[in-house]
Amino acid sequence: MLERLRQMLTKEFIHLFRDKRMRFSLVVPPLLQMLIFGYAATYEVKRISTAVLDFDHSQESREFLDRFRASNRFEIREIVHQQSEIPALIDHRRVVLVLQIQPGFAGLLRKGQTAPVQAVLDGTDSNTSLIAIGYINQIAARYAQDYQLEHAERLRPSLAQFAPRIQLEERPWYNPNLESRWFFVPGVIGTLLLTTVIMLTAFAVVREREIGTLEQLMVTPIRPAELIIGKTVPFMLIGLGDVFLVTMLGVLWFQVPFRGNPLVLLLGTILFLLSALGIGLLISTACTTQQQAFSITFFSVTPAIMLGGFGFPIASMPKMLQWFTYLDPLRFYLVVLRSVFLKGAGLSVLWPELLALTILGTSALTIATLRFHKTLD
Amino acid sequence: MKLRRLLAVSRKEIVQVLRDSRSLLIVLLMPLMLMTVLGYGVNLDTKHIKVWAFDREGSPASQDLLRRFQASIYFDLVRSASDYRTLTDALDDGRCQLAIIVPHDFSARLRDGRAVTIQTLVDGSDSNTAQLAIGYAQGVLSGYGSAVQAEFIRASGGPAIMPALSVEARTWFNEELESKNFIVPGVAAVVMAVVGTLLTSLTIAREWERGTMEQLISTPVTALEIILGKLVPYFALGMFDTAVCAAIAVFWFEVPFRGELATLVIGSGLFMTVILGLGFWISVLTKNQLAASQIGLVAAFLPSMLLSGFTFPIEQMPLGVQTFTYLVAARYYVVILKSVFLRGTGIGALAWPALALSIYTLIIVALARRSFHKSLE
Repeated sequence: MLERLRQMLTKEFIHLFRDKRMRFSLVVPPLLQMLIFGYAATYEVKRISTAVLDFDHSQESREFLDRFRASNRFEIREIVHQQSEIPALIDHRRVVLVLQIQPGFAGLLRKGQTAPVQAVLDGTDSNTSLIAIGYINQIAARYAQDYQLEHAERLRPSLAQFAPRIQLEERPWYNPNLESRWFFVPGVIGTLLLTTVIMLTAFAVVREREIGTLEQLMVTPIRPAELIIGKTVPFMLIGLGDVFLVTMLGVLWFQVPFRGNPLVLLLGTILFLLSALGIGLLISTACTTQQQAFSITFFSVTPAIMLGGFGFPIASMPKMLQWFTYLDPLRFYLVVLRSVFLKGAGLSVLWPELLALTILGTSALTIATLRFHKTLD
Repeated sequence: MKLRRLLAVSRKEIVQVLRDSRSLLIVLLMPLMLMTVLGYGVNLDTKHIKVWAFDREGSPASQDLLRRFQASIYFDLVRSASDYRTLTDALDDGRCQLAIIVPHDFSARLRDGRAVTIQTLVDGSDSNTAQLAIGYAQGVLSGYGSAVQAEFIRASGGPAIMPALSVEARTWFNEELESKNFIVPGVAAVVMAVVGTLLTSLTIAREWERGTMEQLISTPVTALEIILGKLVPYFALGMFDTAVCAAIAVFWFEVPFRGELATLVIGSGLFMTVILGLGFWISVLTKNQLAASQIGLVAAFLPSMLLSGFTFPIEQMPLGVQTFTYLVAARYYVVILKSVFLRGTGIGALAWPALALSIYTLIIVALARRSFHKSLE
């Protein structure tokens, strides 16, 4: 039995590595994916291109706008003098934000009333606009608070000395500079692994079926269990190799910290691979051509990635979709990845995720094995 | 080039597409699936952030501050911790995203007019949510700070004023700042990338694998006739999918459609040609379905997803990557899509992206043709 298994594995490895193009497509696409994600995927919003329109020309309005100049979140690119200039600026995507201060701004503030500040935003990218509005509100609130104090001080200098001030000191843990890259890089490992392993497994079986060699295998003394092991173990190893490769790229090139125990990650990865291999085999039982295998893989992997919390928070999804995510092994693996990388979490924290991965993995593999037997008969 | 021969190649291809009903079904369901997943799953507007509070004072003043957090729609004040350790544990295992620590001398400091620092610990492993959470927390605190100051100034007989700024944000093109309006129009680019490049390159790679391409070449059909003939049916499928995407966007997700239909058709036609040419080229280069699928993912799917401005704003990427995006055909198409849906720009303003796509088309078809010739020798 061991001898047959060895032969089978040798055959699979030869298949995978004999072709130069195949070798290339096993190594280069994962690295490229990591590079693209590492550089392109970001939610950070800086240098918001801004135009200002100041109708008030007061000391107050200038001071207020200077706070935007001082912030690296905004970049004032245009100073306009008429409202009619605004549409063209936004239409041609020269700026995404126009700050407009009405006449009477300083007067209202001096009287202790509420002065309006108008912000016209290009809302096509809703996330950027949302974050921009948040920043504008922060600057405005801070300015109002400081103004209040200064105003009181001018009238009664003794006051300011004793006026209370409240400030927020934020301490982002695990990612002190809140870099998007630290969030995405561990995530890419999960999506990459899912895509690569499912596709390789599904293709390997379907390819043999397509060119008719699966029947040939059937007449050899090889047993179905050996066939399944032979068709999964190589991809498990390739998957582990990819994880190693991409982790190295993330840690050494993108400088994402790896704070946890590599063995915890290894355990999580192996458990996650059970699901990926199971799904891959399951897909292979339902297809006769590689093109079908690709389509079905795409159909299952895309929702798994989008709903797994890779780029978009699960908590903001509709409740129905949130329930659905519990069937998604990637959801749990992403928690393991990010916790091991950034939080340095160990088994005591991650056991629920590891348990979920075990359950999902064994069920997927069991169903796949049963169906696989059937399609062989 | 003879039209009759070109049509003959197309007819053969159409028969093949129609015969494989499963693949056809998948091509037709693709826009539906992607629209559902992306339209409902992508929401970056975080609400209900899980907040824990560690109130070291427990005075009316500190409770008043915490009530302000409770009242904010962005925060769910989940629990109050009685020691620091509980907070850090909750952050570690993800039960808490934002922790507020009120110092033990909170009201004393406020009374004496000293500065008070409210410390917040934020789980930075999801950097976008953390960023938004800090902004919202700052907003709550500034509001509280202003109120406390005004109260203090009034109590000490100062000028009883409370100047404030109200930010009136007016967002154009996407008035409600809904994520779906930002995401849904771009989905067509991803659907076309998958149908155009991936499915096409797989079908053609299969012909190389099976040797039927050589048979086709031995007939009097020329290279260009083969390329165009094979691509015509996929062009039709891709355009059909775009129409489905547009219909779902408008009628189901109620995304506004403010531009002209003609702009959408022309832009889609150009992009479809580019992406089909790319698919054909990949299949000629790889001649292997698995390799074609791997390279297709990296060359077509990921760039349309990540480097096109579809989900991540191009302006926020590093400069080198920004320059690189000019090579990504989907970038121009996403501009056209977002303009047609949200901005309502006419075809005149879109001349530049349309021109870029046309140039792209010529280059890619020429490249595909050259490699095709070469691979025959």
